Amino acid sequence: MLCYAVLAVPLAAAAFAGMVPWRRSVGWVTVLANGAVLGIGTVLAIETNHHRPVEALNGALRADALSAFMVVVIGTIALLAAIQAVRYLDVEIARGRSSARHASLYCVLVQLFVTCMLAAVLSASLGALWVAIEATTIATTFLVGHRRTDGALEASWKYVLICSVGIALAFLGTVFVYFAALHVPGHATGASVLDWTSLMAASHHLDPSVMRLAMALLVLGYGTKVGLAPMHSWLPDAHSQAPAPVSALMSGVLLTVAFYALLRFKVIADGALGPDYVRTLLVIVGLASLLVAASLLLTQRDYKRMLAYHSIEHMGLIALGAAAGTTLAIAAVLLHILGHGLAKAVLFLASGEILLVEGTSEIEKVPALLSRRPVLGGIFGFGLVALLGLPPFSLFVSELNMIRAELDVGLGWAAGISLALMAVIFAAVMGHGRHLLLGGAGASGKPAATPGIVAIPLVGGLIACAVFGLSAWPLQSLLYAAAHVVVK
Amino acid sequence: MRAGRELDLLQLTAGLVLACSVVTLWRRDLRALVAVLALQGGALGTLAALLAVQHGDLGLGIVAGVVFVAKGFVIPSLLARVVRRDPGSRETAPLVNVPASLVGAGALVIVSYLSAGRLTSLFPSPATRLAPLGLATVLVGFFLLVSRRKAVSQIVGLLLVDNGIALVAFLLTAGVPLLVELGASLDVLLIVVVLQVLATSMRSRFGHVDLDQLRELHD
Repeated sequence: MLCYAVLAVPLAAAAFAGMVPWRRSVGWVTVLANGAVLGIGTVLAIETNHHRPVEALNGALRADALSAFMVVVIGTIALLAAIQAVRYLDVEIARGRSSARHASLYCVLVQLFVTCMLAAVLSASLGALWVAIEATTIATTFLVGHRRTDGALEASWKYVLICSVGIALAFLGTVFVYFAALHVPGHATGASVLDWTSLMAASHHLDPSVMRLAMALLVLGYGTKVGLAPMHSWLPDAHSQAPAPVSALMSGVLLTVAFYALLRFKVIADGALGPDYVRTLLVIVGLASLLVAASLLLTQRDYKRMLAYHSIEHMGLIALGAAAGTTLAIAAVLLHILGHGLAKAVLFLASGEILLVEGTSEIEKVPALLSRRPVLGGIFGFGLVALLGLPPFSLFVSELNMIRAELDVGLGWAAGISLALMAVIFAAVMGHGRHLLLGGAGASGKPAATPGIVAIPLVGGLIACAVFGLSAWPLQSLLYAAAHVVVK
Repeated sequence: MRAGRELDLLQLTAGLVLACSVVTLWRRDLRALVAVLALQGGALGTLAALLAVQHGDLGLGIVAGVVFVAKGFVIPSLLARVVRRDPGSRETAPLVNVPASLVGAGALVIVSYLSAGRLTSLFPSPATRLAPLGLATVLVGFFLLVSRRKAVSQIVGLLLVDNGIALVAFLLTAGVPLLVELGASLDVLLIVVVLQVLATSMRSRFGHVDLDQLRELHD
């Protein structure tokens, strides 16, 4: 019942937005729908935390603690993005850059996009998971190009082509896993061969050499959607060209939904191969991503691209945490998924507002934001503090725990390299941030106010991020329950 | 005797799929590229139908029909619409020239036979022995993607990768579960529609669909 509801609500909102001509209230309906997703996700989380997984549709949909956690993350970010979208669409229409028809299309596609992500985390079959993740690419392409500029068009082309190739490799990997599973005597047959629970049960009997090939393809393939090096090149373009609420969703949750797929496959492969093989793969792509992010953040001149490269960094950190693979590590990875989602969504939404009011995304041309627009500048500043992993925000706790876990399993050298690269990134982003917030000759004239529709949800997001950093209470047991799902 | 003929047909269609992808490296005329792609889709659908008959599998038969129509007709005709607006369009300056590309394709076939050894030895059967042909198609598709600059060539490269994967899936496992296969086919079809719309709007905005000349976004 809960599984149906969580998919039906955003889908119904998409249908509604498609049939009713655009006006503000349609936007608020999508806000309500995403709030409902968050609410249902919370109920699912409580349910799966204390009881067994919830199944629906003859077992095709299945929510365990990990799925429920991901539903909560998706609901949270979708809610923040939907509120900001009301303002974004309003302003775009008022300035004549968008029409009511485009606004309707936007709402429909965003709600379909959210539904696809929810379907991905609720699929029991790893094949269906693939179909849902591929569908997110289709739903988001026209959202990336929604601003209809030359750059947006180029970004959408790169995005859809590179991600489709990547995800095709993930499909080949899935085919190999299926092939290995078919040759396990006594394993399930028919459609349930790719069912995650049955693959888990058979994982020790899967042929190791086929699984090695499969996992390499899966890490490369899903890694493309996660934005991990070497297949990250679409990400800075797509995330910087998309409208801010879409960037928030893509960076805040879509990346980590793809990573969720890797977590599911990782535990199966660990059963067949032992932990070392996937660990090596994840350490390589994780460190490579950090290196790419560090080298390109140093010279960044565009604040939206800066945020995009920051996503590559955080996905690299998550990959390293998952490489460690202990319960502590996975719980920290999940907390990082939530914390990064919140902080990144707040920053992208704030940057969207800066772009709306300042008209440029170049760092050079937007100095001294803190004195000219104190509230907006303050949100952006605190967001950066959160994203850089400083206390009291939850990213500090999760990064600390991931590094602890890496030391526990003998990945101290990788943790050391990652810390050095993080220091470079820290310095680079601080430099850009200082110019953006404090730089220039200082402001003349009265500071401009920031509308409540922008400020209130973003401050809320930052507070949530800080609360999860200061007190593990609301999440602790869910995080560990979810981590246990994918740790042998 | 009958089994022998079935095997011959299986080998013929699988070989045809790979041969088509090699031809895409050779021909520069974009219209020819699309025609070859349609032939490859048809061969793939026929191969799936042969396997469906062999296994007596109705689900696979449905998939075969879908693949035949989607990859043999619908997708190529979508691409043909992009090409038609650009008559006489050719891949003028590929990053790797044609003779070198063909030598490269030969190397890729050898690589896929070497790397697929374990796949075929795990469950040796006439069908799995052909699986390296599918892997080679995937690799040739990649090669086309990175070495060609026209939008249509890149879409064809993506579809070669996809057809190669489908060939591997049919040969190794007689197709993944029906719903997954149908979902995957639908996704691919939609991706091509999306790419076609993007290519069309690039054409009307920039007056060309040459990706080398897109230089708006960089670091």
